[in-house]
Amino acid sequence: MNVLPLYAQLINLFAAILLLLSFAMLAQRRVLSLIDLFAAQGLALAASTAIVAFGTGQHHLYWSAGLTLVLKVFLLPWILYRLIRQLDVKWDFERLINVPTTMLIGIVLVVFSFNLAVPISQLASTVTRSTLGIAMACVMLSFLMMITRRKAIPQVIGFLSMENGLFFAATSATYGMPMVVELGIALDVLVGVLILGVFFFQIREQFDSLDLKHLEKLKEGE
Amino acid sequence: MIEILAVLGIPLAGGLVLALMGERDEAAIVNIVASFATFVAAAVLTARVVTDGPMLALDKLFFVDSFNVFLVALTAFVGFTTSIFSRPYMRIERERGHVNAARLRLYHSMYQLFNFTMLLALLTNNMGILWVALEAATLTTVLLVSLYRTPASLEAAWKYFILCGVGIAQALFGTILLFFAAEKLLGAGGGALLWTELDAVKGQLEPTVLSLAFVFLLVGYGTKVGLVPLHNWLPDAHAEGPTPVSAVLSGLLLNVALYAVVRCKVLVEGAIPTAFAKNLMMGFGLLSVVVAAFLLSRQKDIKRLFAYSSIEHMGIITFAFGMGGAIANFAGLLHMTVHSLTKSAIFFAVGHATQKCGTQAIDGIRGLITTSPVIGWGLMIGTLAILGMPPFGVFASEFLILTTAMREQPWATPFLLVALGIAFASVFSKVQPMAFGEPVEARLPHRPAMIPVFVHLAIVLMLGLWIPPFLAAWYRQAALLIG
Repeated sequence: MNVLPLYAQLINLFAAILLLLSFAMLAQRRVLSLIDLFAAQGLALAASTAIVAFGTGQHHLYWSAGLTLVLKVFLLPWILYRLIRQLDVKWDFERLINVPTTMLIGIVLVVFSFNLAVPISQLASTVTRSTLGIAMACVMLSFLMMITRRKAIPQVIGFLSMENGLFFAATSATYGMPMVVELGIALDVLVGVLILGVFFFQIREQFDSLDLKHLEKLKEGE
Repeated sequence: MIEILAVLGIPLAGGLVLALMGERDEAAIVNIVASFATFVAAAVLTARVVTDGPMLALDKLFFVDSFNVFLVALTAFVGFTTSIFSRPYMRIERERGHVNAARLRLYHSMYQLFNFTMLLALLTNNMGILWVALEAATLTTVLLVSLYRTPASLEAAWKYFILCGVGIAQALFGTILLFFAAEKLLGAGGGALLWTELDAVKGQLEPTVLSLAFVFLLVGYGTKVGLVPLHNWLPDAHAEGPTPVSAVLSGLLLNVALYAVVRCKVLVEGAIPTAFAKNLMMGFGLLSVVVAAFLLSRQKDIKRLFAYSSIEHMGIITFAFGMGGAIANFAGLLHMTVHSLTKSAIFFAVGHATQKCGTQAIDGIRGLITTSPVIGWGLMIGTLAILGMPPFGVFASEFLILTTAMREQPWATPFLLVALGIAFASVFSKVQPMAFGEPVEARLPHRPAMIPVFVHLAIVLMLGLWIPPFLAAWYRQAALLIG
């Protein structure tokens, strides 16, 4: 029997954790717990990237893992925590539409992504190719999360977790993008979150809440 | 080399200087000077490329050929004229209390940084940097769209951020797939994302991966182009932001996003033998033209009206590039140029008209030609030009696209003709009373900057009657390049 080397099994394990965390985020209502989940996802991503780097000898991936660790496990969650404290929306529970249905749609999306990824994974020469389907599923699940959420901060976390899924796709299919590009993407994400921070204050100043139902006035043809 | 650094360095430095110096009366002048310097640098770069041919610079990080150099020149030119228009416009906004000093500082700084991201996206040879630059362009303009901090502008900016953010994430996935396909041929180093390298080996790239990559890239960058059904952010962002921002969004951002799509299409066309990429682009383009044409008649806000008109024209250009071939590409490039010039000229005129009447509602703006002939005629002539009346340049390019469509894709012609007809009827019937109806009295505290409007329209008129030989040669070269 063909047994995978230990590091490949570990990568598969982390890939599974990533997917599990994506589902957990889909169902989580408390904003603070959502940020914790996001940080955990970042940690799983950084760990799996480091293992790929170790297992394949692609040393530039260590940098990538370090960047993920600093940005997605410490910096971004810290910024989000601070924002929430300043905005004082900690206890903002969110009423989600029908969690079981969302979960079922999520499962359908995962099956769909696995099917979509099959022809590509077969072409890949990397040891991590089997995880490409999971990466795509993470992107799709974050997309679903953005659609189902009505509040500003969870939507942004959905957006960031989509970026996580994309990073995972990049490492699992190709051993990571060139460093310049990765740095550029990281910078964009960071600036994006800072701008959104400013933006949250503007929204709140204007509406006294971060509920996006206030932001549905602009319609076609009015 | 030095020219490229100047083209990118001046707006970047300008943005920093404007952020540091804060809001003073001179800020608008600095903005104009920086934009003018960028334009001069772009002109020098253009002259270099015209005489010496394509150039690669800085370890292949930048690449200039006849396709992007004309867009660089166009971007720098419209950036410059818009900065002239923005001076009196923003002064009036400030005096009316719509913006304060801190926001004007943000505005000027972001304006320069936006120009920087546009030029970076055009000049870079790296598909990854192209993505980064377009994402950065979204980030710089989000704060510009929400500059007035009204509920509507916040909503528009939020929509813009989320939709374009999600869209551009799809494009990132497409870029990853592209890298994935190329890495096997070019090795895992930085080379596998360089467009010139990819172009050299495009025949050997894996077709299945590239088809999938193109779907993601087209959907991703297509969101920024404003292709239907991904266009929802566009009218809101145009209507709620300050008018100079609407002008650069329509005149520059949409073009640059489309440029990204076309660069990807060249690679994909080379890799897959079927007409998959062509059909996809033609389909999206045609859908945008038809849907936008029907939505035009329902608009009550003048800036939304012209935003929908931008969607329509972007659809026409996407359709033209989708058809491909020397003539359609030539027409597409010409249409990109004239649309960009005409639409920004219209937004300049519309900006002053809305300030004069204190409203963006079409019903509230009447009799511009009586109260201020310059603005009135500027708007009227611009509208006629954008609707494709001869002898303006838009007519020439639309005519070329239509005749090529009749020959190569006859099924599409009725859709195009009907859509153009409907667009003409709805836009003309709305703008005509604005120019000629019973006047509404109001005066502007500063002299409006109308010279850019007429300069743009004069160029568009000239392009309709006579395309200078160097420009024609240039378009032809670029058209061959796109294939």
